[in-house]
Amino acid sequence: MAQAAAPGGAELRGSGVTDPQAAPGAGEAPAIEARGIGIRFGGLEACSKFTLQLRSRELVGLIGPNGAGKTTIFNMLTGVYQPTEGEIRVQGRPVAGLKPFAISRLGVARTFQNIRLFRDLTVLDNVRIGAHNRLVYGPLAAMIQGGVWSRAERETREQAMALLAIFGLERRAEESARGLSYGDQRRLEICRALASRPAVLLLDEPAAGMNTAEATGLMETIRRIRDEFRIAILLIEHNMEVVMSICERILVLNYGRTIAEGPPGRIQQDPVVIAAYLGEPAATVETIR
Amino acid sequence: MNTFLQHLLNGIATGSIYALLALGYTMVYGVLKLINFAHSEIFMVGAFTGYYAAHALGLASNPSLLGAATVMLISMTVCGLLGFLNERIAYRPLRTAPRITSLITAMGVSLFLQYGGQMVFGPDPKFFPQVFPKSNLQLGGVVTTNYQLFVVAVAIALMAGLQWIVYRTRFGKAMRAVSHNFEMASLMGIPTDRIISMTFVLGSVLAAAAGNLYGLVYPRIDPLMGVFPGLKAFVAAVLGGIGNVPGAMLGGMLIGLVEEYAVAIDPWAWGALHVHVGRFKDAIVFAILVAILVFRPSGLLGRYEPEKV
Amino acid sequence: MARRLALGALLIGCAALLDALLPRLLDPYMFQILIYIGINITLAVSLNLVNGITGQFSIGHAGFMAIGAYVSAYITYFFGPGLATATPSGGPPPGIAGEFVLFGALLAGGLAAAGAGWVVGLPSLRLKGDYLAIVTLGFGEIIRVLILNIETVGGARGFAGVPPLQKFSPVRGFFWVFLLAVATVIVSVRLVNSSYGRAMLAVREDEVAAEASGVNTTQTKVGAFVVGAFFAGMAGGLLGHYLQYLNPAMFTFVKSFEILIMVVLGGMGSITGSVLAAAIMTILPEALRGVKDYTPHNIDPRMVLFSLLLIVLMLTRPTGLLGHREIWDVVPWRRRRHPAGPNSGGAA
Repeated sequence: MAQAAAPGGAELRGSGVTDPQAAPGAGEAPAIEARGIGIRFGGLEACSKFTLQLRSRELVGLIGPNGAGKTTIFNMLTGVYQPTEGEIRVQGRPVAGLKPFAISRLGVARTFQNIRLFRDLTVLDNVRIGAHNRLVYGPLAAMIQGGVWSRAERETREQAMALLAIFGLERRAEESARGLSYGDQRRLEICRALASRPAVLLLDEPAAGMNTAEATGLMETIRRIRDEFRIAILLIEHNMEVVMSICERILVLNYGRTIAEGPPGRIQQDPVVIAAYLGEPAATVETIR
Repeated sequence: MNTFLQHLLNGIATGSIYALLALGYTMVYGVLKLINFAHSEIFMVGAFTGYYAAHALGLASNPSLLGAATVMLISMTVCGLLGFLNERIAYRPLRTAPRITSLITAMGVSLFLQYGGQMVFGPDPKFFPQVFPKSNLQLGGVVTTNYQLFVVAVAIALMAGLQWIVYRTRFGKAMRAVSHNFEMASLMGIPTDRIISMTFVLGSVLAAAAGNLYGLVYPRIDPLMGVFPGLKAFVAAVLGGIGNVPGAMLGGMLIGLVEEYAVAIDPWAWGALHVHVGRFKDAIVFAILVAILVFRPSGLLGRYEPEKV
Repeated sequence: MARRLALGALLIGCAALLDALLPRLLDPYMFQILIYIGINITLAVSLNLVNGITGQFSIGHAGFMAIGAYVSAYITYFFGPGLATATPSGGPPPGIAGEFVLFGALLAGGLAAAGAGWVVGLPSLRLKGDYLAIVTLGFGEIIRVLILNIETVGGARGFAGVPPLQKFSPVRGFFWVFLLAVATVIVSVRLVNSSYGRAMLAVREDEVAAEASGVNTTQTKVGAFVVGAFFAGMAGGLLGHYLQYLNPAMFTFVKSFEILIMVVLGGMGSITGSVLAAAIMTILPEALRGVKDYTPHNIDPRMVLFSLLLIVLMLTRPTGLLGHREIWDVVPWRRRRHPAGPNSGGAA
């Protein structure tokens, strides 16, 4: 079930769990920025001239028909693909040529369309691995298992448990991730992404497969994450209720190009967007709240 | 120049045998994405079946081309059956298991056949009889035997036959479909289980032929004889592009030639570099493997398919 | 801190005690089996680190053994006596100095093997599953062929006359074998209980997700390879000095496969599983020794039976004896160690 009984915002802020690695204020570099990026696979141009600026605490949606290139953009932003044109900057820093783990360490976290959890590990371990970025001890300390190690391990565990608590998963910490329900698995993935204290969170279809109640709960959670964690969120979604209700700004993609950008109200009425979704009568779109 | 041609012919003869073996690896990998470690033992069984059949038919004292052909057919039948059983018993139940499990099983079957072979055939080497009359030939300065030519001729004939099967029959088309996309193929109504079985049988038949041909050129056979030729044939398959049929043929030839010339330039290499290159020929082949996988994993003729994230 | 030093000293004391007593209590045959169990534990646990915990399918472990064996033997054979007697007057007595020479040689062997692990690992670890297996197999073979052609260490005839362990030190084989096995297990357990271990497990479970979570997957994989190779090298060195003989034929793919069987039997990823399986796989062949007389051609049936065992195991219980778990997850006499936290309820 989606609802989570969780500690309130004040408790969270004190615990250090929510501070992003570097929180850019207004006027500083955007949390993540893509300037005219594009990519070709052989002869196929999967994406071109994509531009996006995401600032801290913005919640932006990326929508478009299947195959429009949304996940491809995520893959470029996280370093899985190297764009063949354009530039990407994370917190002002160009990231061309960096491997995904390096980009992750700069503050970009993501979830996957097809849920990629560490299935044979416990729920807790999944989240703790998310915190790998912030490793403070070396292999020698791991061998000695002295004060440094035990302190760091305790902190990691506490922070991970606190994160799980936000999502209502703390009671299942020692269970295998494989045994979780579909909805819980999705939430665990988000949890893991947050464990690295990112500045930017990329969510790839987090509401996929959820019913209305779960999706509503997810919307709440995403909003709260944005507020309490002070991060920027970019969201790929097909569920229009979710997108229209929580995103401040929406980009619409089709055949690898941005065909519209703006607040939800405007996007809903944009004839180009409606046409791209092929046969969505204007009436149905207007009823989306 | 003559020596060059001499080595060329030898290299092509050995290479043909590697090519036949490599085809089995590449086809099975194509449809199942599995490295059939046991393939080298099918090769060995082919050679031994040929040996026993030849003796049973009394070919040692009465060599004939017809007898040689019969012996080869018998080997092919036995090995085809063995390959079929191997797939059915050891690999099919693991179709849905993680790949490592199948790989370990394949290794297990390979070792089981090797050491079981030692028990059944005895560990001492046997000598493959001269199943048809051997004669020396002179082709413009190059001294060779009709065995070498026979090997090359038979190998080429079999490879041509395989090309025809793969590219001009429905079965071949089905096999290619399965190797491109297993799920789609089965959704399209292709009997994937049967196709896979047939692929194994086909590969094993070629391996049996390779075993017999090997026995002709290198008569000393023993139950562990498959290990190195098998590994090298696998390298050949990877070199050509694993899953790619013409690639396996090309790769086999190349590996045969590399080996031959490594030995050929050994005296020169010793003089110039003080390295007995010939002794390292096995290591050279493995080094080729490492090099391909690091620099061009899709092989010479293959296509690189990145993982979809 | 003092407590740890005390425990360490206790361990060494135990090792020395056992080393002195066991040869008297057991007959030489039993003692030898214990030595082999120790060496096999080291080999299995070190391979488990690579195959089981990091999920990288490496079947060239014997190659690292070989490097460790030959490097350490080379040092003790050619330089040992000189080094051991070169103790300054007033320094440690020759026995202890010899101990250091031996340890130094073994360590050098381990480091050489680790270096080889790095050389092998770096290019190979872009590859997945089957390809990685073949490449590691190829490297194992390359190493073996190279050693085969080095005349200084005997080449194909083998390296006879490797100094025995006793030559340098009052302790015999058991001391070092025991300590090495214990060290390998401790290192493995501690690695797994740290962020590094979790990174390795993440790489095993899903490399793409691990990379996205900030794990440097290449470094993790190479690291596992290097550590695994190090211990294999030390084990090889011990084996060489125990047998006083080395031959490249001892380090073929078959040897790698035997170690792999141990890891698979124990359960890939389970450290205690590897320990158990190493013991079982050392004792079982000895128990079957007599069967040889009844087999056709008097062939040793071990390999046939083990390969059959492996096939049956894969078809019926591929997770091995303990699967991913450790013995204390299965037998509830001991809780899994971790720093106390809010939800430290024991495993079911």
